[in-house]
Amino acid sequence: MIHSLFLINHSGDIFLEKHWKSVIGRSVCDYFFEAKEKAAEPEDVPPVLQTPHHYLISIYRDRLFFLSVIQTEAPPLFVIEFLHRVVETFQDYFGECSETVIKDNVVTVYELLEEMLDNGFPLATESNILKEMIRPPTILRTMVNTLTGTSNFEERLPSGQLSTIPWRRSGVKYTNNEAYFDVIEEIDAIVDKSGTTVCAEIQGVIEACVKLTGMPDLTLSFMNPRLLDDVSFHPCVRFKRWEAERVLSFIPPDGNFTLMSYHVNAQNLVAIPVYVKQNISFFESGSGGRLDLTAGPKQTMGKTVEGLVITVHMPKAVLSASLTATQGSYTYDPATKVLVWDIGRLNPQKLPNLRGSLSLQAGAPKPEDNPSINIALKIQQLAISGLKVNRLDMYGEKYKPFKGVKYVTKAGKFQRPACVAISHFST
Amino acid sequence: MTPMQKLLQLPVNAVNMVKTVQNQVQGFQEEDKSPVLSPDGAHQAWYSALQPDELRHLRSGGSGGGGGGGHNSEERAPLEEGGGGGGGQTQPLRHDDLKEMLDSNKDSLKLEAMKRIVAMIARGKNTSDLFPAVVKNVACKNIEVKKLVYVYLVRYAEEQQDLALLSISTFQRGLKDPNQLIRASALRVLSSIRVTIIVPIMMLAIKEAASDMSPYVRKTAAHAIPKLYSLDPEQKDQLIEVIEKLLADKTTLVAGSVVMAFEEVCPERIDLIHKNYRKLCNLLVDVEEWGQVVIINMLTRYARTQFLNPNLNECLLEEGGESTFYGSDADQDEDEDEDKKDEALSKRKPYVMDPDHRLLLRNTKPLLQSRNAAVVMAVAQLYFHLAPKAEVGVIAKALVRLLRSHSEVQYVVLQNVATMTIKRRGMFEPYLKSFYIRSTDPTQIKVLKLEVLTNLASETNISTILREFQTYIKSMDKDFVAATIQAIGRCATHIGEVRDTCLNGLVQLLSNRDELVVAESVVVIKKLLQMQPEKHSDIIKHMAKLTDNIQVPMARASILWLIGEYCEHVPKIAPDVLRKMAKTFTNEEDIVKLQIINLAAKLYLTNSKQTKLLTQYVLNLAKYDQNYDIRDRARFIRQLIVPTDKCGALSKYAKKLILALKPAPILESPFKDRDHFQLGSLSHLLNTKAGGYQELPDWPQDAPDPSVRNVEVPEWTKCSSREKRKEKKVEKPFYSDSEGESGPTESADSESDSASSSASGSEQSGSGSEESEESEERSDSDEEEEEEEEEAKKRKTQKKEPIEAVQQSESEQSSEEEVKKRKVSIPPPRNVSESESDDDDSPSDSSQDSESEDSESEAEVKKKKKITPPKAPTKPVKKEGKKEKKEMSLLDFDDFEPTPSPQVTPVGNFLSSSLVTDLEGLSLTDTVLSPATISPSGSLKSYELLHRITGEGLWVEYCFSRQPFLPDPHMVAVQIQFTNSAATEAKSLRLEEAKLQSGMRVKEFPEIEVLPAGESATVVMGVDFCDSTQAANLQLCTHSRKFFVSIQPPVGELMTPSFMTENEFKKEQGQLMGMNEITEKMQLPERCQNEHAIVQRVIAAANLSRVPCGSDKECSSPAPPPPGPPVHRFAGRTVTSGSLVLVTVATKESGPSQLTINCEKMVIGTMLVKDILLALTQ
Repeated sequence: MIHSLFLINHSGDIFLEKHWKSVIGRSVCDYFFEAKEKAAEPEDVPPVLQTPHHYLISIYRDRLFFLSVIQTEAPPLFVIEFLHRVVETFQDYFGECSETVIKDNVVTVYELLEEMLDNGFPLATESNILKEMIRPPTILRTMVNTLTGTSNFEERLPSGQLSTIPWRRSGVKYTNNEAYFDVIEEIDAIVDKSGTTVCAEIQGVIEACVKLTGMPDLTLSFMNPRLLDDVSFHPCVRFKRWEAERVLSFIPPDGNFTLMSYHVNAQNLVAIPVYVKQNISFFESGSGGRLDLTAGPKQTMGKTVEGLVITVHMPKAVLSASLTATQGSYTYDPATKVLVWDIGRLNPQKLPNLRGSLSLQAGAPKPEDNPSINIALKIQQLAISGLKVNRLDMYGEKYKPFKGVKYVTKAGKFQRPACVAISHFST
Repeated sequence: MTPMQKLLQLPVNAVNMVKTVQNQVQGFQEEDKSPVLSPDGAHQAWYSALQPDELRHLRSGGSGGGGGGGHNSEERAPLEEGGGGGGGQTQPLRHDDLKEMLDSNKDSLKLEAMKRIVAMIARGKNTSDLFPAVVKNVACKNIEVKKLVYVYLVRYAEEQQDLALLSISTFQRGLKDPNQLIRASALRVLSSIRVTIIVPIMMLAIKEAASDMSPYVRKTAAHAIPKLYSLDPEQKDQLIEVIEKLLADKTTLVAGSVVMAFEEVCPERIDLIHKNYRKLCNLLVDVEEWGQVVIINMLTRYARTQFLNPNLNECLLEEGGESTFYGSDADQDEDEDEDKKDEALSKRKPYVMDPDHRLLLRNTKPLLQSRNAAVVMAVAQLYFHLAPKAEVGVIAKALVRLLRSHSEVQYVVLQNVATMTIKRRGMFEPYLKSFYIRSTDPTQIKVLKLEVLTNLASETNISTILREFQTYIKSMDKDFVAATIQAIGRCATHIGEVRDTCLNGLVQLLSNRDELVVAESVVVIKKLLQMQPEKHSDIIKHMAKLTDNIQVPMARASILWLIGEYCEHVPKIAPDVLRKMAKTFTNEEDIVKLQIINLAAKLYLTNSKQTKLLTQYVLNLAKYDQNYDIRDRARFIRQLIVPTDKCGALSKYAKKLILALKPAPILESPFKDRDHFQLGSLSHLLNTKAGGYQELPDWPQDAPDPSVRNVEVPEWTKCSSREKRKEKKVEKPFYSDSEGESGPTESADSESDSASSSASGSEQSGSGSEESEESEERSDSDEEEEEEEEEAKKRKTQKKEPIEAVQQSESEQSSEEEVKKRKVSIPPPRNVSESESDDDDSPSDSSQDSESEDSESEAEVKKKKKITPPKAPTKPVKKEGKKEKKEMSLLDFDDFEPTPSPQVTPVGNFLSSSLVTDLEGLSLTDTVLSPATISPSGSLKSYELLHRITGEGLWVEYCFSRQPFLPDPHMVAVQIQFTNSAATEAKSLRLEEAKLQSGMRVKEFPEIEVLPAGESATVVMGVDFCDSTQAANLQLCTHSRKFFVSIQPPVGELMTPSFMTENEFKKEQGQLMGMNEITEKMQLPERCQNEHAIVQRVIAAANLSRVPCGSDKECSSPAPPPPGPPVHRFAGRTVTSGSLVLVTVATKESGPSQLTINCEKMVIGTMLVKDILLALTQ
């Protein structure tokens, strides 16, 4: 299925290649580079390209392209999903997925890729199994390894591959048995200039960190499962229990994992926690403009809004901005035309304000469109949808685990938390 | 020793082979550099107790007493010594440091070297020259080194086929390991080595692994199938057998992988799925996610061939109304929908969904909640292609969820949604807002969302959508704005009510400051105006004014076309526009020029008074244009519109031609009709058929027989066919009852709900309940038709039956369990071999040892005994030999060059030679056996080494004398006969190595100084073929010339006879089971039935000796002769490595005879089987 993989950095160098079948020359990537030339942004490179003899399927993550080559029909999502899984595995192993990290750990990376695919078909993609075979590097172990010449390989055989629950490694032991669940909700909304919500959605995930001895069988139930409109689960969750009883019953993987993600169907009833008053205007003469932004709390259910960041995508003509912020700091990047105002904690008594003048390129016509504004924020101790975990029960093991649940509300799409949250499309 | 380390253990002989490679590469270093590995280690046995480091101290005479510090320089020392040996230094020295590290004894150094090599591979650097140095570390004990060697091996094996073969035995050994993970890992690497010569080995290994006890090994076998198939498509038939076997596997671990293999090897063999269909459906939820994708895609195709179109009856009835169903919330409406459908169906021929079809839909539905986008997409396409219309809606929510994933995922999902929205708009209407565009979306996502929004537009939501579009037009992304304007145009064409609004909106855009926006608007407006031109002359006027400003060629061309086409609506402006255009004609773009000509022509026809001169002018300009299209057009138009004498005929129709009413263009989605590709596939995405794409078949007219999916009681429970019958009887009433409640026109929801609730409780306990579900489906497929008529009758009886039925089904299950238990208690043959392979290491070693000890004492006695029996048949052999000679040359073994099988050697000769050996051994003389002592026997099959003509009169032939080559027992003796048929004498005839395969060695014959004309001479040389049938390439030199020649041994010549008793034979055979055993059935021709013939032919084909069997009554073993038909046994050892080769021919009075070969070297075994089979059956 997947024939080869090329890792390409931002400037277009192939810095790693791996072939699962016979070798395919690098020149195949030229088609990709051609497409990359054409695209204005790296995100605009089409994920699927056709060449005379091959098909190229690529993803762009963390400023790197992961380009896979396939030769025959294969579901594109299958390949894309796998590539993302590769990135996630790297992140899991090395903390981040960047060119330097991959180059530094090239052997481990190669070993991982070798185990993840067999003849182009995924073999072991569960991080628990992979970690049984190949230990993630740690500073301590790297030192020990260089001193003693021992290896990253587990001496034990990776028996996890054999089990019917491939996501959990066997023989897990902890002295403190803990299970933590973070309910993280994100609001995705589009608000128009007048402040009316065009659309708003709540998207949630439950991230779990489970460190329990043995083979625990957990059951997590909610106070109000009816809220959940659409759910997707980690493979460990038993579908049928959910369908019948609306409880999550699962044997958890060891360590961190995403237990479920869900969507709350509230249509327009989503409470938007903050508002932004904006006034951006350009002078008719075309030499400059004024900007005035004020942020304030709207419906925060008594919690404080933290980590508030407002991002404005300015028109191309804007050269620079000289502004004053009553709270936080701002930066303007003249290359990307992005104004970022990092406010931090929102004080309801004294509303933060950013105002000042914008200077335009000489001779440029007056920009006619108002820029769009994105907001990122975070509210601790609140799941904006009101979802509540009822209880967590454990079967199959005798000890008493320590259990904890945390709620966080954020704004924005989770895969790019830095940039989108609530977009104001101005009319 | 960890089990993982075991995997890497090389058998003794493999080490030798590697060693020889090393020799070659490093220039024939002294053997004693690493005495532990030396092949003739007998006299050095005492070394092995010492660590290599200590050894070095020993050798250097104790001078290195300094200890650890200087080990680096010490390590280098022997290498430098070796370097002087000559020959091997031709290679580039680039990676010498790495080679050195790999040769070291320190694992840490090896690891470091391997890491650097792997890093180089990762960067795409060529490291193939390190192959010999790396491959011998396949035996390294360090797991990481070993793994990295595997990585290297798999990467370069294809380029270095012969060297790669050296590693095979390691994996073969691994295949027999008691630990399933090691077996699996060995199979995985073995099958990844793309070397055609090992195809037979891979095939055997896969077959073996396919019936392994461990599901994980079976999974690996399934993975290996496509690998082998891509290496050698000829194996397809055999592979299909394996696939068939694995498809029947009941574990989730195997299911995904085997279906993958099925899809790659034989996707057309849909019939293989029948029996496994229900099992696959039921296992699906528990299969790993990647396997799920493959299975679901395959089952979609399967279902399309086996079931009826569920929408066939609805199509006619419900076409228009669908959108209203979905307009509001799902649940309530679906019931109404259901009711409507029921009414409709009652009128028509009732459609009843095949329960298997339902089973598939029901079991895939929960997977919509998978976290894996590919799985969700697979289920979505399955529902889209297979589900009744009313049920397809469930996938929308899941697909919309995927839109929150990575942009690449969004890209693919949106493409598929776009296709779906054309056919099933209603499905996504509730999710309209999810397709709203965010300013941060990449352009390609924006464009796709726009496409979906356009497809979703209807009278009810168009206002919302247009409002949304209006905001998009202000975006800074110009490509996106252009796409939006086109989208507006499309909405306007489809929804008549908003056409005017849209048009007005677009006209407003004409005053936009951005030229691109204006241009795009012009193009779209042009298309829209074509629909109702008469209403909009003011718009046309407005656009005519734009010609002064707009520079975008496409837009200018569009305006000109509009004015020309509708010049009657703007009679005053049009000539003026033409005037302006004529002025700038020469500076316009080609498309604009063409439209100017068109405009001129149209005006000339309608308003020739005002425009005649202008038209002439334009046509004249065009006549001399650089572009030939324009010149052509001008010429054509002139002839058409300007009446001349010659061609009056056409110009009559000029008006009709040019001013014909043009139909308005239909603005269509690029995604129209893409759904003939299976959604979610690459072909769908690219809208072209990708290689290997399997067409989604059309629904059949009539349903194929559903009973093909009925699973009989699996093979291993052959016990009673009565049970089977009982089962069927029992099922009917039991399930028809449960089905009876929902009735023939089952509604989707009630069905799946009840199913899920019934299944939910038992889901973990697994097999029992699932099986009952499975059989449920089975029965009512039979039932359905009959049921309808009889339903009324049956209802009564059914009510009584359930309880009984349940009981029976329980008993049935328990009986099945019994059977399972029985199965466990009788271990399959694999078990035996496995337990044996545990202690595999020790006996084989010890037996070898004892063998050598014995040989001196026992062998002699035995041999003398054995001499007599096979003596007789000398004559017939010769006859056969002649016949064979011709036939044999036609027979090839796979990829080898034609391997002529040796001429039959008379048994007598072979015996005498073995006597010579014995005598030699006894006499302890080390004189080389001179050529003179060997009588060149005419009966040996000789091969031509050098043809008379190419050799310029020198004619050289060679044959395998089957004599032991005394200077080196690991070499095969090759007897070479020189005949000088030239007029002059040949001088200094000798052989030189030209390009030997790695590991091969040659012991040349002493130079023939003079060979007079007409004379011939015979010499003997030794060749160590490394137990392979690769040819030894040599250079034959005379005083004046050099010839390249090659000696190719038939596999049978790579062994020497070995003597053993029947008991010994059986014991050895017992240790070479499993992978090392190859069995073939054959039909012996009549003349070959008797014992003599068989013995002769086998011995002719291979240099083996016969094992005296009980029926000969000569054997000292007290065992009574076997009552059955005779079994002939032959034994030998390969020359180089001394591996045993055991051949058994079991004849049967009736039916096929059986040929069994046990040999540690599977390549040899496989080839020998072919050769002997040929010898016996020809």
